[in-house]
Amino acid sequence: MFGLFGRKRSRDNVKERLKLVLSYDRAKLSPGRMEQLKQELMGVIGKYFPAADSEYDVKLEQHGDRMVFTANLPLSSADA
Amino acid sequence: MNARAIVVTSGKGGVGKTTTTANVGAALAHQGEKVCVIDTDVGLRNLDVVMGLEGRVVFDLIDVFEGRCRLRQALVKDKRVDSLHLLPASQTNDKSALSEARMKETVRRLIDEEGFDRVVIDSPAGIESGFQTAASAADGALVVVNPEVSSVRDADRIIGLLEAREIGDVRLVVNRIRPEMVKRGDMLEVDDVLEILGVKLIGIVPEDERILVSTNVGSPAALDVSRNGAGGAFRDIARRIRGEDVPYAQLQAQGGLLTGLKRLFGGS
Repeated sequence: MFGLFGRKRSRDNVKERLKLVLSYDRAKLSPGRMEQLKQELMGVIGKYFPAADSEYDVKLEQHGDRMVFTANLPLSSADA
Repeated sequence: MNARAIVVTSGKGGVGKTTTTANVGAALAHQGEKVCVIDTDVGLRNLDVVMGLEGRVVFDLIDVFEGRCRLRQALVKDKRVDSLHLLPASQTNDKSALSEARMKETVRRLIDEEGFDRVVIDSPAGIESGFQTAASAADGALVVVNPEVSSVRDADRIIGLLEAREIGDVRLVVNRIRPEMVKRGDMLEVDDVLEILGVKLIGIVPEDERILVSTNVGSPAALDVSRNGAGGAFRDIARRIRGEDVPYAQLQAQGGLLTGLKRLFGGS
């Protein structure tokens, strides 16, 4: 099939995918709704910071027993 | 585990719930406990054939619920281990008769009136009424999971539902581990599954073709004490349920030179 070397182990892949899908499952939020939330959030932030960067990092993370929603919203360095 | 009534569940079908119920139940009985295994998969009865007791079934769980027989009449005594009993599911699809109150009452009577030390409840797949009924009477749970993406996802869902029911003692059985796949990085490791699901382990069961052979003949592999493999892993689970501190056996990748050569030349 594949050579002994140079192949990414499928175990790493499945582990990452499971962690991601379970974070959405546990928060009862679909990835599509998450995207919607991100768009709406950008709209709101944009009203207050007109020069806000569009590269927002929005994600769900497991912190111990609870899910945490984090949004990293860098503001543009341009003069406001 | 302090739990007297343990539900065996998984969410996903085909991961080994019935096999686990039969083998852990048989091993607990073999180790001296008076055990009743209950099949709650109404309409799809299978625990009876897996245990080789299909020829002895007269009444079933729904007959008990509806008062068509006495509880003791519905119990099927195992032919190998005296202290092992089966309460079969009905083979007709009358799920309307399922009731959490009747399930709780039945389990309570098995323990308080019939003197059972342990009741092991085989849950149907899914998260619907059958699972809910099975879980309602339990104070502990074995969640069976295969090291595979859909099984782990469904197990996570089930664990959430068990927690919502405030079942405190939830333990994980990682079933069908293939050591040679783990070794080459193509299968989730037990530690990965534990990290992702955040539940305590109670057993690691290797993939083992003896399981199919044992279900073919209707005799739980755990009762064949001359062999280890999956049967031995189920015996270890029973001992851990009983509170023994049993170390986890190192799983060996199967096959020596021959499978190694096959792999080199592109086989499996």
